[in-house]
Amino acid sequence: MSSQQYIMHGGVHVAGHKALSTDKAMSTLALPERLMIPTRQHRGIGGKLLVAEGDYVYKGQPLTEQRATGSYLVHASTSGTIEKVGRFLVPHRSGYSCIGVSIKVDGKEDWGNYRLAPMKDFVTIDNALLLDRINDAGVVGLGGAVFPTAVKIGSGAKQGALKTLIINAAECEPYITCDDVLMRTEADQIVTGIQVMLKMLSPEQCLIGIEDNKPEAIAALKEAVAKLDHRTIKVIVIPTIYPSGDAKQLTKILTGVEIAKGKRSYELGILCHNVATAHSLYKAVVLGEPLLSRLVTVTGAGVKEPQNFDVLLGTPFTHLVQAAGGYTNKAERLLMGGLMMGYPMHTDEIPVVKATNCVLVLPESDLAYSSDMAMPCTRCGKCVEVCPPKLLPQQLYWHSRANDLERVQKHNLADCIECGCCSYVCPSNIDLVSYFTHAKGALREERQKQEKIDQARERFEFRDFRIQRDKEERDAKRAEHKAALQKKKAAMAAKKAQEGENSVSATDSKQDAIKAALARVQAKKKAQQEQTSDSSKTESKQD
Amino acid sequence: MEFTSDNLSNHVDNRKVAREMQNVLLALVPGIVAMVWFFGLGVLSNIILASIFGLGFEALLLKIRGRSVKVFLGDYSALLTSVLLAISLPAFAQWWLLAVALFFAIVIAKHLYGGLGYNPFNPAMVGFAVVMVSFPAEMVGWLSPTASHFSQPVFLDGLDHVFGGISSQWDSMTMATPLNAMQTGLGMDKKMADIGQLPSFGLVAGKGWEWVSLGFLLGGLWLVMKKIITWHIPMTLLAVLAGLSGLFWLIDAEHYANPTFHLLAGGTMLGAFFIATDPVTASTTPLGKIIYGATIAFFLYTIRVWGSGYPDGVAFSVLIMNMAVPLIDYYTQPKVFGESRQ
Repeated sequence: MSSQQYIMHGGVHVAGHKALSTDKAMSTLALPERLMIPTRQHRGIGGKLLVAEGDYVYKGQPLTEQRATGSYLVHASTSGTIEKVGRFLVPHRSGYSCIGVSIKVDGKEDWGNYRLAPMKDFVTIDNALLLDRINDAGVVGLGGAVFPTAVKIGSGAKQGALKTLIINAAECEPYITCDDVLMRTEADQIVTGIQVMLKMLSPEQCLIGIEDNKPEAIAALKEAVAKLDHRTIKVIVIPTIYPSGDAKQLTKILTGVEIAKGKRSYELGILCHNVATAHSLYKAVVLGEPLLSRLVTVTGAGVKEPQNFDVLLGTPFTHLVQAAGGYTNKAERLLMGGLMMGYPMHTDEIPVVKATNCVLVLPESDLAYSSDMAMPCTRCGKCVEVCPPKLLPQQLYWHSRANDLERVQKHNLADCIECGCCSYVCPSNIDLVSYFTHAKGALREERQKQEKIDQARERFEFRDFRIQRDKEERDAKRAEHKAALQKKKAAMAAKKAQEGENSVSATDSKQDAIKAALARVQAKKKAQQEQTSDSSKTESKQD
Repeated sequence: MEFTSDNLSNHVDNRKVAREMQNVLLALVPGIVAMVWFFGLGVLSNIILASIFGLGFEALLLKIRGRSVKVFLGDYSALLTSVLLAISLPAFAQWWLLAVALFFAIVIAKHLYGGLGYNPFNPAMVGFAVVMVSFPAEMVGWLSPTASHFSQPVFLDGLDHVFGGISSQWDSMTMATPLNAMQTGLGMDKKMADIGQLPSFGLVAGKGWEWVSLGFLLGGLWLVMKKIITWHIPMTLLAVLAGLSGLFWLIDAEHYANPTFHLLAGGTMLGAFFIATDPVTASTTPLGKIIYGATIAFFLYTIRVWGSGYPDGVAFSVLIMNMAVPLIDYYTQPKVFGESRQ
């Protein structure tokens, strides 16, 4: 296994502004007065709420129950009383709200008996049990995608024969330093978390990719790895270029493998996890603590003392900013996430969720322009040069604007990783990415609509088919019956002719019998008809 | 606390469109200086008049279309179109010739199609083509590069030509351009060797023109170095032109000019680095740019050699290929990340 590196296409060099928040040591935040915890903090749907207003919850107590598919657990980050159950604003691009609870914090940090059993000797524990633990602890990818870690590891383990486990420690986004600080302070725990993954996946090699602008973190990681004498883990220092921390780009840089759209990385024998996810695995497995907190960078010229905090999930942004000395008079724009991929929030009355890696407050003067100053696209092609997935952003922009969804798809919109390099270099200051996310949303809607139409049509066609089929069956049966009846009649007539007219009384009784039989047949037919009309009624109800 | 959350990119604005246009204008300077040296102050009069008309039309149309005059005049695109057109027309061109050319460039080719970024055809070349077709006689009157351009009488005669009526003297002071001379000469069955002896010919190409071309080459290379344009279009254009002319020259040197002549004559360099590279109307995919540059060279050579009546073909070649750009771009999409699809 060589540690040869490959070059990704495009990318940009952006001023990092990282020193802003790395001067200060990481601090743990004082408990806020209340937490707002949304039930959906991951990919998929929200779980079923288990608590009601007025309930007392312990630290680590699950607030939701897992539904059959696509929902994952969310826990109470500390002990307190459920104050309200309802919809809360969550940090979302489109200002969505989500069902959640607000907890009046009692300050006791009481775990009750909700701490999970520590699994210090995880090497001896069955993988299925470990997987259950990771699921129960609500661990999700903390790099931004918030994909459930148990699902990812599970599908990787199912595939078998994993070649490379990649630990993403690149942290290429400007301003964000939470992974950097985590590695400086908790390198040993991170490496233990990685060992949990190694135990479950047994890959041939494990590569930790980290950008060369974090010398202290690199040293800390290398030391922690050296202590283990674990030959499969390697720390690989890569050049600083945005977006090297994108999972697909990092995979390319470290292994040369390009994961095409629609492919899962594990199908190619590769799995990529964020370094903070490894840390939360350590907590979940070794300490038995669910994912209750995460590191958040609070930074930008808009806050007085930029720094990193270990923050309980559900902590309001306002509380965070206060702890960072409050806003400066330049606080005009609030982003969740970094400069490149972060998105603007219109209020700070929102909670930290599992996806919150950074709270970035910027002055408008840094962005000094208004909407009418975005110039028309001159097709200069600068965006083509920097686009990591090798798309043609200028064409995508043109077709997105025209709402030409077919063309947009033909230009491979699905491959866009929304890294923002195109927006960054655009001489016309066009925020290309916002057009692309919009077009992606429109496509999703279109697809859902089409699915519904298809379903309805299928159901309708099947109903037609069923009615036709039932009718045919019925007709066939009737014809059969008729034929049998006629046969019987004919046979009887023949018999009658044979027997002659000598037994009148017998004929009478026979004729009675025939009458009775006919009546029975008619009654049966009637009943059958009623039944079919009934069943068609219920069918139409179902439809 | 409330924040602004409009969907604008988070990045610092530094008016990059305007800066790039400024740089392109700057890159034109060496060629323009050479032009002034060989063809006189008439080049400057063209530039000044063209800019007045160009910016005037631009401002008027922006106002009519309800766009910000300040912002869009400040992008320098209209000025660049004006200057490119001005140096394509004969020095001391009549004011109305410039006015017509710029009207078609700015009003018809640019704004009627939606303004900056939306025009399918290169505005300067549309303006040029219109006056070339409509007023061919006025388009060949290039001052002799040997005249004493900076003398007062020539200057006054020039101004008279620009604003006044018909000056009988003017024709005697102009001469055919080398490309024109070549076409007429070959048409009269003369040999290249004899044509090369004509007074309009210089060391390797046209007298004066060769230096002007080198000036534009210099500016163009600087643009490539500054990464304002990429090498694809100009280099392929020049390479294919050299290849084509070299091929015919090797076959029959008596009737076909050599590659050096074609590279340094007429509008080759200006076209390759400043006109074919207009981003709005050119192909934008890496492979598309190469196809675009190559086909322009093909048409350019074809028009120069076999296109009777039109000595140079930059404008027409570029316009023809402008039409093909959407098609080229569509079929030359680069393979996306991880693509192993057929």
